[in-house]
Amino acid sequence: MSQNEFPLLRVDMTLNGAPCSVDIEPREMLIDVLRDQLGLKGTKRSCDMQVCGACTVLVDGQPTSSCTTLCADAHGRTVTTIEGLARNGKLDPVQRAFIAHGALQCGFCTPGMILTVKSLLARNPKPTEDEIRHYMRGNLCRCTGYVKIMEAILDLVNNPTAYKLPEER
Amino acid sequence: MRTNRFTLHRPTRLDEAIALKARLGDTAAYHAGGTELLIALKARVLRYGHLIDIKQIADLQEIRVRSDGTLSIGALNSHDTIARSPLVKAQLPSYAELSEQVANIRVRIAGTIGGVLCFGEPHADAPTLLCALDAWVVLSGPRGEREVPLREFHLGEFSTAKEDDEILVSVEIAPQSEGTCSAYRSFGHTERPAVGVAAVWSTDNPQRLSLWAGALSSRPVCLERAQEAAASLPPDSRPDTIWNAIEAAVAADAAEIDTRDDLHGGADYKRHLVSVLAKRALFACLTLP
Repeated sequence: MSQNEFPLLRVDMTLNGAPCSVDIEPREMLIDVLRDQLGLKGTKRSCDMQVCGACTVLVDGQPTSSCTTLCADAHGRTVTTIEGLARNGKLDPVQRAFIAHGALQCGFCTPGMILTVKSLLARNPKPTEDEIRHYMRGNLCRCTGYVKIMEAILDLVNNPTAYKLPEER
Repeated sequence: MRTNRFTLHRPTRLDEAIALKARLGDTAAYHAGGTELLIALKARVLRYGHLIDIKQIADLQEIRVRSDGTLSIGALNSHDTIARSPLVKAQLPSYAELSEQVANIRVRIAGTIGGVLCFGEPHADAPTLLCALDAWVVLSGPRGEREVPLREFHLGEFSTAKEDDEILVSVEIAPQSEGTCSAYRSFGHTERPAVGVAAVWSTDNPQRLSLWAGALSSRPVCLERAQEAAASLPPDSRPDTIWNAIEAAVAADAAEIDTRDDLHGGADYKRHLVSVLAKRALFACLTLP
């Protein structure tokens, strides 16, 4: 079969706050377009089967495995990757909490962890420890372990102003 | 891994999707959440020249209560939507609770009830409870609509009674009477259940107990001896009385389930889990508010 039988698709999305249009093959996964076409390498590939959470991005605010999502399905949607969390060079409070608690070692799972926390807090600003554990169950870390990650999230939930800059309070 | 190349179609009406599928035949597959299909395509276990994306079809998205009280859940509803649906929570809390426990949050948000039923992977949660509740599915195709009881829907691993040119429109669950309660309990060390057991206890139905076990073999199985052992119990029996009456029968049913050693555990272990989870499901359904 020649490639002409499979014409490219135009995908228009809002990516990290800005309009973004890409021409893709229908079979392209969102992660491949983000990393290889758009150069956003913060999104990590690991299990490639929607189990580990490393490739998590937000699509319309919802945590999404970019390894198992057609880029075509992002058409007309808002996509946020880890590169899009900082505002005017200032890190997001979730990022600040992870740094303050040393909640990372190699950092490979961190973008997915942080975006998942972001979506959890949008859904439930005051989750209990059990609710956090349940929601984060699908994000795996192979080095730091989960203690510091939980500490960072709990501290952020219980002391949100501590992670806001003076002008954000 | 990349999938093979395919053409993507995006019908917005059900009849349009069915006509497309009829024209493209087995070179095409319906695509919704992608949690099963895209992984199988990437592994090149499956190969299609066409994907028919059905996510824009409004007819498949509704959750509603029909005039006779039947709860109707459109095939495109995700596990997360079902878990948070006020209608499902009110009518069938056990199903909302089950949906909240499926895999992980990303799978719950993307994966649909229609997808999990049609893919027919035996290591799934919803089919076990839906069998215990005697739910049925509505299928639509070129020859019109038909209903199939869920207990007859799964024919084997990855095999269902849905014809290739049909599409699953909705899952339907009859209204639960005042005296009926249900619960599902599962266990596994992967994202999929090694074993799941669903119990439905009814004070006014002649069949007192409906008890089903899933994920052990190609499709959910009915624990018939246990159901018989419970048949003559008074409707207001206490959970421990019921368990004493059915424990041996559950073990006897479990011993006969055609299961085997696999990633999820040894066959003996999984049969043991049937008893553990049957007890948990029974107690959960009788002690919930």
